[in-house]
Amino acid sequence: MLAELGQVSLILALLLALQQSVLPLWGSYSGNQQLQLLSRPLSYGMLGFITLAFVLLTSAFITQDFSVEYVARNSNSLLPMQYRISAVWGGHEGSLLLWCLVLAIWIAAVARFSAALPLQFLARVSAVLGMVAAAFLLFILFTSNPFGRLLPTPADGADLNPLLQDPGLIIHPPMLYMGYVGMAVPFAFAIAALLGGRMESGWVRWCRPWTLTAWAFLTAGIALGSWWAYYELGWGGWWFWDPVENASFMPWLIGTALVHSLAVTEKRKVFQNWTLLLAITAFSLSLLGTFLVRSGALTSVHAFASDPTRGIFILAMLGFFAGGALTLFALRAHTLKPDTGIGLYSRETMLLLNNVLFAAATGMVLLGTLYPLLADALKLGKISVGPPYFGTLFIVLMIPVVLLMPLGPVTRWRQGNWMELRQHARNMALAAAGIAVLLLLLLNPAGVRGWLGVIVAAWLMIGSVWYLWQRSRSSRDGAPRRWEFGMALAHFGVGVFVVGVSMVESSEIQKDLRMQVGDTVTVGQYDYHFADSRNVQGPNYLAARGVFEVRRSGDTELVARMLPEKRRYAAGGSIMTDAAIEPGLTRDLYVALGEPLDGENPAQVWSVRIYTKPFVRWIWGGALLILLGALLSASDRRYRLQQTASARVITTPAAPAGANAGA
Amino acid sequence: MTPTRKRRLTLFLGILAGVSLAVGIAIYALQDNLLYFQSPSDVIARNIEPGQKFRLGGLVERGSVQRDPQTLLASFDVTDGKETIRVEYQGILPDLFAEGQGVIAHGRLAGSGQFVADDVLAKHDETYMAPEVADALERAGHPVKKKLSDSETVASGGR
Repeated sequence: MLAELGQVSLILALLLALQQSVLPLWGSYSGNQQLQLLSRPLSYGMLGFITLAFVLLTSAFITQDFSVEYVARNSNSLLPMQYRISAVWGGHEGSLLLWCLVLAIWIAAVARFSAALPLQFLARVSAVLGMVAAAFLLFILFTSNPFGRLLPTPADGADLNPLLQDPGLIIHPPMLYMGYVGMAVPFAFAIAALLGGRMESGWVRWCRPWTLTAWAFLTAGIALGSWWAYYELGWGGWWFWDPVENASFMPWLIGTALVHSLAVTEKRKVFQNWTLLLAITAFSLSLLGTFLVRSGALTSVHAFASDPTRGIFILAMLGFFAGGALTLFALRAHTLKPDTGIGLYSRETMLLLNNVLFAAATGMVLLGTLYPLLADALKLGKISVGPPYFGTLFIVLMIPVVLLMPLGPVTRWRQGNWMELRQHARNMALAAAGIAVLLLLLLNPAGVRGWLGVIVAAWLMIGSVWYLWQRSRSSRDGAPRRWEFGMALAHFGVGVFVVGVSMVESSEIQKDLRMQVGDTVTVGQYDYHFADSRNVQGPNYLAARGVFEVRRSGDTELVARMLPEKRRYAAGGSIMTDAAIEPGLTRDLYVALGEPLDGENPAQVWSVRIYTKPFVRWIWGGALLILLGALLSASDRRYRLQQTASARVITTPAAPAGANAGA
Repeated sequence: MTPTRKRRLTLFLGILAGVSLAVGIAIYALQDNLLYFQSPSDVIARNIEPGQKFRLGGLVERGSVQRDPQTLLASFDVTDGKETIRVEYQGILPDLFAEGQGVIAHGRLAGSGQFVADDVLAKHDETYMAPEVADALERAGHPVKKKLSDSETVASGGR
């Protein structure tokens, strides 16, 4: 009964979404205020019904209602409670429901926090968001209904994929979806601006905090995914250039370009067309990502579901939204203010370079991700693109980005001054050189690439500190504001991230070994003693557990007792590696059981992976700082000022004191 | 030509040159890293040269897996039902590697006709077979009879 109620509430949500796509838009053209005002109650109603559907599905999982097909496929009577809840989005149908829930949250948030927007504009934004919601609700109801019944009711469910039975997977998808779906908001803002034929004076100011927040969530989602892959897949990598990773990485790259181009558009009112185009592209890439993941078009570790009708549906959706938006852009872009020239040594140039490089990186990832699909369609053979393609090109494109990053914030708007810029660069380089020497002595990376990486990281971190110091030294503009701290923090985070990547990629030690109980091996500075191997019973699996005692070489004190497991899940019998990780600020120790090697004595001899991963946590630590910086910026007071204030500030001619005036 | 037009033309040509250069580099890098999928029959029919990197896919022949007692060296036969290639791999085989299951190995042929793999992939989901492998089996005249696991029985029972 409850499942049917869930389906009914999805249908009701769809009806509201359809009204939302039409009525406020109609009102915005006919001048009917009543219709335009409908957008808010419709948004709240939609959120209410989708939440109800989501709660009902969750309760079906908690109460183990195996008469619901989706529950029967993704749960099992032995499944622990926390994974019953995360199993709600463990499969295709449920993760789409989560998609819709997150979208409804964003839509309701826009309705709630946009009182300062002109009514006509808000009505159009809401209508576009309503169309997106309607499309996804149609998709759920027609191709992926999570509430379908299963008759006769099976005695037990098939179990959640063991890979997904993990705390990281409880929060990774919701975060990622907050980012993915959040890109719909700047998209809707861009469409509304194009429909109106002009960028209202406060447009950027309204759009920026939403974009920054969505981008922050996307950062969090990608970082969590990388962390999950690191400890859960059992081979200790943190990024694989897997098509599904790329699918979330492309909107992130374009989103990065977007948050920077918004800065220029707000401050100098140039790049308007380009900003709109980026907003459209970011959401289109989110949809493309959804298509790639959900259609099963790509061979990937993540591609669980594959169903061609779903793929065609999403492709049609992508065609409608991306095609429609680009057509609108082509028709209307010329009505916006044309760009005036920009000075060569200006902040505008710096941000333009940022945008060009990030757009190029996106194009590069897109080419590598889609090429196998294209080749397959054109009968050129079954091809996959190796990670070195992505790795090499990405580094080549990011070298100028990291070199210019500290310079951007200290460059003046409009017409910068070469001499002054050179002065800044020299001072920062001197400071960075000092820090770099210190870091190199402390970290001692192996190889040229590790050295270069650490030097670049020092340059990035000094750049942020230098910027804040310069800012607080000049008394004229007052203390650094919150968004300025946010930017410095995010850029500092990139430095932290680069330390992690350089150290892991240059200095990690990976040993795959054959070990028998009683053996001791030395890997890096540590001795690993394989003390014991025993069987343990988990809630829904049976595991072989190794006991490894780790000591510093030449020392008797125990550093860690590590317990890697090889699990066999009761339902389905899939086998999973559970790596043991001893985390640390400067290094992770990583032990994973491979396979039992001796047929006669299966528990005694194992292939074992023993890795030392220096500074690997800094990769996610850096991402965390980037995320915090973005949220800090998004919460700046000036985005919460009323309309009048934003209009006033924007018409003031840009202050010549570039570095101090704000982005 | 007016100065404005001239500047625009220069800008346009500059952008064009930049874009072409970028695309050129990207395609060059792409060509270098393309890995073609080959089934054992393809390897025999196309006479692939030793040393050329590709992906070999098929089923692991039952009873063919052998391990060196001292090291991590493992070897096994990959078959598409028609032809068979011997694969050698030094390292840890993935969790879902098993006799009779689909597998994809990255590597190259050695002079002896053996395939030396630097990476062996088996799928995470045991009900799932890589589309390339399924396709290769089909081409060799052995269409995949879908193994119905518990989960699939449940799933198809409702339709």
